[in-house]
Amino acid sequence: MSPPDAALSARLVVRRPAFTLDVRVEVAPGEVLALLGPNGAGKSTVLRALAGLLPLSGGRVLVDGRDLTGEPAERRPVGVVFQDYLLFPHMSALENVAFGPRCRGVRKAEARRIAAGLLEGMGLAGYAAARPRSLSGGQAQRVALARALAVEPRLLLLDEPLAALDAHTRASVRSGLRRRLAAFDGATVLVTHDPLDAMVLADRVLVVEDGAAVQEGAPADVARRPRTEYVARLVGLNLYRGRAEGTRVLAAGASGAAVPITVPGVHSGEVFAAFPPRAVALYRERPAGTPRNTWPAAIDGVERFGDQVRVHLTGELALSADITPAGLADLALSPGDEVWASVKATEVECYPA
Amino acid sequence: MTPFRPGGRARPADAPVRIGGGRFPWLLVVPALLGLGFLVLPFAGLLARAPWSTLGTRLLMPEVRDALLLSLTTATAATAVSLLLGVPLAWLLARTRFPGLRVARALVTVPLVIPPVVGGVALLLVLGRNGVVGQYVHAWTGYSLPFTTPAVVVAQVFVAMPFLVISVEGALRAADRRYEEAAATLGATRAVVFRRVTLPMAAPGVLAGAVLCWSRALGEFGATIMFAGNFPGRTQTMPLAVYLAMQQSPDAAIVLSLVLLLVSLAVLVCLRDRWVSAP
Repeated sequence: MSPPDAALSARLVVRRPAFTLDVRVEVAPGEVLALLGPNGAGKSTVLRALAGLLPLSGGRVLVDGRDLTGEPAERRPVGVVFQDYLLFPHMSALENVAFGPRCRGVRKAEARRIAAGLLEGMGLAGYAAARPRSLSGGQAQRVALARALAVEPRLLLLDEPLAALDAHTRASVRSGLRRRLAAFDGATVLVTHDPLDAMVLADRVLVVEDGAAVQEGAPADVARRPRTEYVARLVGLNLYRGRAEGTRVLAAGASGAAVPITVPGVHSGEVFAAFPPRAVALYRERPAGTPRNTWPAAIDGVERFGDQVRVHLTGELALSADITPAGLADLALSPGDEVWASVKATEVECYPA
Repeated sequence: MTPFRPGGRARPADAPVRIGGGRFPWLLVVPALLGLGFLVLPFAGLLARAPWSTLGTRLLMPEVRDALLLSLTTATAATAVSLLLGVPLAWLLARTRFPGLRVARALVTVPLVIPPVVGGVALLLVLGRNGVVGQYVHAWTGYSLPFTTPAVVVAQVFVAMPFLVISVEGALRAADRRYEEAAATLGATRAVVFRRVTLPMAAPGVLAGAVLCWSRALGEFGATIMFAGNFPGRTQTMPLAVYLAMQQSPDAAIVLSLVLLLVSLAVLVCLRDRWVSAP
């Protein structure tokens, strides 16, 4: 059952020949939900279905308790910021923002006043007459946001709002967007494949893979306790699933044999064990007499990762290790070499599957 | 790095690149020059044989003025009618799916491939006083379309509208539909989306189509003479006047041809300038 105070409460079913989407989306007023997932997972399909641009095969969409399932896009109280912003190239920034109010029956002068106010709020007062192609990426994004907000939506949808920006402007645009989303009192759903966007912008994260929701929670929880390989890779954790027996987790190794992982605390049943690459130490010889997990592994590849070096290892457990360039030099590692990987039990996060 | 030089070549890649050895490509250049000469030479001949001494007086002859005026007004009217009917038709062909869509698209191109004279005969058989439709119109209202000025426009629309439809249809197909979706999420109905987003974004294609349509209408001969006849001041357009003049005084025909050539060139040049400067 959906909570009675949800600003958005939807179950979306979309069936296509080779793909089925079936997810529930609940968003409280003022809350920002991030849909995170790989390409082709169905994130954009969710957004298009919520906007009314894609017919549902099943389910329904309630916004502020009003059933919008049968409503066409132009009659939904929904604002959309599209991936490439899709500002109308033949209109000025002001005309773009005034377009929505005009379509909803506001008089021309009043629509322009609303648009001018919104542009000013976005810090774009001087760009009202500018054509979209003369705007920078960050400015275009703000015009797109102003245009979406101009129709006073109850549900705001953002499709990869930062994907079109270069790395330089991204950080500042991201923090600006965060402030503006915080000021919006309706429900917000944003689609991203960048975990940083999700962490910074969203109050809650819904991970979608293969048309289904696979994990949901606060950004920090999702980052610390991933439940799928995709999320683990995204947030940069080594993740294993296995059966817990006391302080040991028996994970399935590459050959099918159980590989024990010692974890802090006592667990039982099916669990996940996760640890960050920086918790992994590498040795030429098997380290003796330590209370650590140690596994033999072979170097698969080495890549630069910030000021660290990320070493990819294969073996019974595939894992990644972050070591310093100096450490790499000391070990004189090269692909194919056999090493010992070691992780302290206290560094392993263990949680029920 | 190549430093940016304003006005200069931005990239060395813009410079012509010689592919292959040093042999001059005779096999391509000779036919290309022949083709160019073939297209340009007739106009040169027209200029060479023009009766320059009597040009002024001939231009002021009422027959010339009447024919030119008639041609300009009917071609413009035909373009207006084509826009009114052809743009929605192009939208229908580009944006909707219905049974018989492929047949409809083929039918639109028929006037492009049949000889205009045949089109004129067909129009006469349908809209003539004894025609399939025309007989009822005549019986009820006493009105007969053929051999009137509106008949000139009808003949021109029949022959020229397909150019517009095909051009606009192509522009609509190439347009990014996502802008229309964006407009829909902002509350725009289908009609508003078409008027304020689809059409303005397809404007270059519409303009190109209108120019093609107008030029074709201006030069229309076969369907016009069949369906509208050759009455000076009423249905005798420039091409018809040229043909008639050629029988009696070739000098007059040359003057008329020059005028027609100049008008066509002037329109093309004006519109091309606007095109290039448009976004």
